[in-house]
Amino acid sequence: MARTRYATDRGLIARMGATMFMIGLVFTAFIIVIVLLLSRYSNVSNGGIVFIAVLFGAAISFGSYYWSDKIALSTAGARLVGPQDGPMAAELHGVIDRLCALADMPKPRVAIAPTDMPNAFATGRSSKVAVLCVTEGLLRRLEPNELEGVLAHEMSHVAHKDVAVMTLASFLGIMAALLVRFAFYSELFGGGGRGRGRGGNDQNALPVVLVVLLVGIVVYAISFLLIRLLSRYRELSADRSGALLTGQPSALASALVKVSSDIARIPTRDLRSAEPLNAFYFAPALSATRGQVTLSTIFSTHPSLEKRLAALDKISRQLSR
Amino acid sequence: MGLLDTLLGRTRPVQPNLDALFALPSASITLQAATDFAPTGTGSVSFRAAEGKAFSDIEKDVKDLLSMGEAKSSVEITSDSYGFTWLICTHDPDDIEGLVTDLHAVNSTLEAGGFGPQLLCTILSFRDGSGTRLGLVYLYKRGTFYPFAPRAGERRDNATEIQVRGVLANDLKIEPELGRWFPVWGAPGL
Repeated sequence: MARTRYATDRGLIARMGATMFMIGLVFTAFIIVIVLLLSRYSNVSNGGIVFIAVLFGAAISFGSYYWSDKIALSTAGARLVGPQDGPMAAELHGVIDRLCALADMPKPRVAIAPTDMPNAFATGRSSKVAVLCVTEGLLRRLEPNELEGVLAHEMSHVAHKDVAVMTLASFLGIMAALLVRFAFYSELFGGGGRGRGRGGNDQNALPVVLVVLLVGIVVYAISFLLIRLLSRYRELSADRSGALLTGQPSALASALVKVSSDIARIPTRDLRSAEPLNAFYFAPALSATRGQVTLSTIFSTHPSLEKRLAALDKISRQLSR
Repeated sequence: MGLLDTLLGRTRPVQPNLDALFALPSASITLQAATDFAPTGTGSVSFRAAEGKAFSDIEKDVKDLLSMGEAKSSVEITSDSYGFTWLICTHDPDDIEGLVTDLHAVNSTLEAGGFGPQLLCTILSFRDGSGTRLGLVYLYKRGTFYPFAPRAGERRDNATEIQVRGVLANDLKIEPELGRWFPVWGAPGL
């Protein structure tokens, strides 16, 4: 067996594993607390709330997972292109063909978004129906080897099945948010009133709804932070696999610098229209100012530019040993 | 790729399968017997150069290794517009074994240096009486071959490709998924 130059990044794997464990833990604790509360103060309207929240949450998650490609493409206003649709599309297909052959992956569909903002995203529930979308601005601004780095990063997202992983992780947050909303409404209209009418439960009905509301808010806040953290780790590992696939971490690094510094100069209207797609983009459309840490860092879906560049430098050093 | 690898965002670089290349000489005889195509004596190896000195050292080793051979073979290095490096070996058209051995030497040198995953494909080129070109492309990561018949203006002659697939079905492992028959336009040496 020939030796390999592709050392695994154990630190990254451990941190990502810990984050996923925490998401699972919060989820399990959440369910246990809700079930305990309801079995203790059994109340039909509260049980219904939980059931409906789970049902709605599952439906929303499944929908956004199943139609992720269509939703993302129509939000970005992108169109699918074939290799014959002009010189831009031909070049894009050529690069992707080679990357697929190099990585042994089925070829994703290719789309171009008519936006001047340089960015790219990959989506779709499996590698068979994956779509790789780049903006015209990206094609215009990047050199061929930088473009290849960005495409390799996006194809790593497809190979890592990031749409599935992030949908699963977001399920908890969606459910908690729905539960808070339903508990709040049921408290406003009727839920408490019915409890009083039956007499026996009137002491407990109000506090239980309030506790459910409180637990929901706390769980939502924690899961929100954990999901953002997970998203940042997924970005780092996609950077890593992309750089190893092309063997050119520095090309990816220079593409990152180009994309991130260009974004700062684009008018805000264009930026806001791209906001909902952030989690799937190559670099976030609204990037935090340099040096600002704390809040903006823990809320963002992508790691800071400095962190990504440092990780790529490390790979570059490993490759030239 | 296992479930754990997916969850942890890990992908393993695919290691190339090299020995399938040695099926090429007999395949080229079959092709000559059944069609008009004859080998041109040119073959090329394509790989994605990694940055850093480690890779450029190996690239130099490969070139030295191939130039050491007999005088009737020649080797040339070019790179294409996609940033892939091509090593083009030219032998006497009758000496397909020698050509394949050279191509294999390139691959095993890269693999021994730890850059096996950088290998993209090997192409053995053929031509018929009227000058029509045909390449047999070997995909390292799949371990399969497919025919590629480029025509003017980035079009490919699918009828010829399908015909060649039928002819070589018993000699080579032909890529079963037509979606993976990636075109290599303007491949040096083809």
